Amino acid sequence: MRIASAKESYAADEALFDSAVQRRWFAALLAALVLFPFAADQYWAFLACLAAINVIAATGLNILTGYTGLVSLGQAAFMGVGAYTVALLENRLGTPFFVNLPLAGLAAAAAGTVFGLPSLRVKGLYLAIATIAASFILHFVFANWDSVTNGVRGITVPPATLAGIALDTPFKLYWVIMPVAVLMLLGAANLFRTRVGRAFIAIRDRDISAEVLGIPLLRWKLTSFALASFYAGVAGGLWAYFFRVVTPESFPLILSIFFLAAIIVGGMGTILGGILGAVFMTLVPEVLKLLVGAVAPVWPDAVVLLSPVRTVVFGALIVGFLIFEPQGLAEMWRRTRRAFHLWPFRT
Amino acid sequence: MAADSPILEVDGLTLAFGGVLALNGVSFPVAPGSITSVIGPNGAGKTSLFNAISGFYRPRGGSVRVEGRAIDRLHPPERARLGLARTFQNIALFRGMTVLDNIKLGRHAHMRTGLLDALFYFGRARREEMELRREVEERIIDFLEIDHIRKAPVGSLSYGLQKRVELARALAMRPRVLMLDEPVAGMNREETEDMARFILDVREEWGVTVLMVEHDMGMVMDISDHVVVLNFGQVIAQGLPRDVQANPEVIAAYLGSGNVDDLRRRFAADARKVA
Ligand SMILES: Nc1ncnc2c1ncn2[C@@H]1O[C@H](COP(=O)(O)OP(=O)(O)OP(=O)(O)O)[C@@H](O)[C@H]1O
Ligand SMILES: [Mg+2]
Repeated sequence: MRIASAKESYAADEALFDSAVQRRWFAALLAALVLFPFAADQYWAFLACLAAINVIAATGLNILTGYTGLVSLGQAAFMGVGAYTVALLENRLGTPFFVNLPLAGLAAAAAGTVFGLPSLRVKGLYLAIATIAASFILHFVFANWDSVTNGVRGITVPPATLAGIALDTPFKLYWVIMPVAVLMLLGAANLFRTRVGRAFIAIRDRDISAEVLGIPLLRWKLTSFALASFYAGVAGGLWAYFFRVVTPESFPLILSIFFLAAIIVGGMGTILGGILGAVFMTLVPEVLKLLVGAVAPVWPDAVVLLSPVRTVVFGALIVGFLIFEPQGLAEMWRRTRRAFHLWPFRT
Repeated sequence: MAADSPILEVDGLTLAFGGVLALNGVSFPVAPGSITSVIGPNGAGKTSLFNAISGFYRPRGGSVRVEGRAIDRLHPPERARLGLARTFQNIALFRGMTVLDNIKLGRHAHMRTGLLDALFYFGRARREEMELRREVEERIIDFLEIDHIRKAPVGSLSYGLQKRVELARALAMRPRVLMLDEPVAGMNREETEDMARFILDVREEWGVTVLMVEHDMGMVMDISDHVVVLNFGQVIAQGLPRDVQANPEVIAAYLGSGNVDDLRRRFAADARKVA
């Protein structure tokens, strides 16, 4: 049961974490994130980094699709723009990663703004198709602009370095990837405490009346595209430092669909939804793989027989969520939390 | 500018949908500080008129002027910033937001927070949001007596309360001309009286000019300074409520049948209901 949640001031009421309990949980979570790599092996550090990268890209897409209502299947392609930007900057200029990552974001934002232009005229499925076209165009550029992208062979990326140390293991890179992810999530959450976030939601819910209420659609739709692509670009930049080779095939259309699935499973239009969805989509296949591995000693054929089943189970989980919890994991979390707050008076 | 020159002026406005003329040379002035009502039978073009003034429809001809300045080339958001605030006949609240956020949304055009301010929620963003919150609480939520629902999602509210939240949002737009499309439609008598009182108080306390479309004759005749009658997209009469009420053409348009006495009785009954 939670009591004494009445607010003393407007500022307290507008705070991001609006109760002492929430602030304590957030501090505990941060502490867990700091301690995690010391407890985890390289494999789990690898998964944590990958999940964090996916959380950044999914959160960007959530801003665009979940909050602004503009469906996009171009998120992976914009990630590609970020990844190539980092690869080029590292190889040609050798600038440090903390310069390269924001530039990767900006390059992707520029591309996103251009490819977001159709959103001024079309929405829904039509916009989705237009963004698919964007991802084909970008793929074509990655594959054929040989002098810059090195064609289908791609570009090898040297490790990011910090104070002379090469960040060449998941454990080391974690200290870059995780803080960036946390900062970008806080930024996204802040957005929806201001007029910018309200404008996005208004455009999603009724763009026509939004305009009459003083919200210029052109400006905010393109801003949303730019911002979503910025998130994709930074995620792509981190991806480049993480996998250390960038090719045209690194960012296929299926990856854009993966992000869309992540925000649907997690919960569109909530920050938590982007996090939970991306973590779920990244980790569940791995967990299923571990489960199959666990039964292997007692049942030697398990790996061969169960591996295809794994994919089916993963698909079934997604479909199950769509049917039983269309609001996503974030909604399940909210309900659980509420039950605790009201306990023992209502269950 | 002379004190009584119109704050809003509609001049020869013509609007067509395919072959249908929804508005046909509509002209009327709205005096500053007045309550001006537009009445007319269903399909007369009242909502179309509001949409043309908001910049939502592009008229085929004519002009809309705010304090003498033609605004025909301005986009809807720019018109909103000039102080043309409105509510919608079929409530256009944002269901995914709370009452408070819906109201805050109205201030959008008068704020300056940009993307970077917003991401860091620092400096300007924080200052603007705090100012807005205080003003919305102290000037709007208190005034319209909606304190108890400020955190409620709008979808959960009764129709009457939703209309009130829409009015609140329009007030957050820093209105100079407040355009209300059927503010009391579907309300019971008590809610209607509350809304009439709010409209009068808004004019009194905020010095806002009101332009209103309404079918409730009792309320229109009671609180309006100037009444404009539309029929088939044309102004068939305008003037003081008393004069418009007595105009046989208006009565004929309204009843279709031209049974004058019957309509007189209805006007009188409506007027009693509000008074
Ligand atoms: N978007 C549109 N497309 C085509 N015709 C329209 C459109 N909007 C309105 N009309 C037509 O214009 C005319 C005027 O409609 P309008 O909605 O302005 O009437 P109104 O006076 O507001 O009626 P009511 O009292 O029922 O609200 C009607 O004949 C209507 O069918
Ligand atoms: Mg109407």
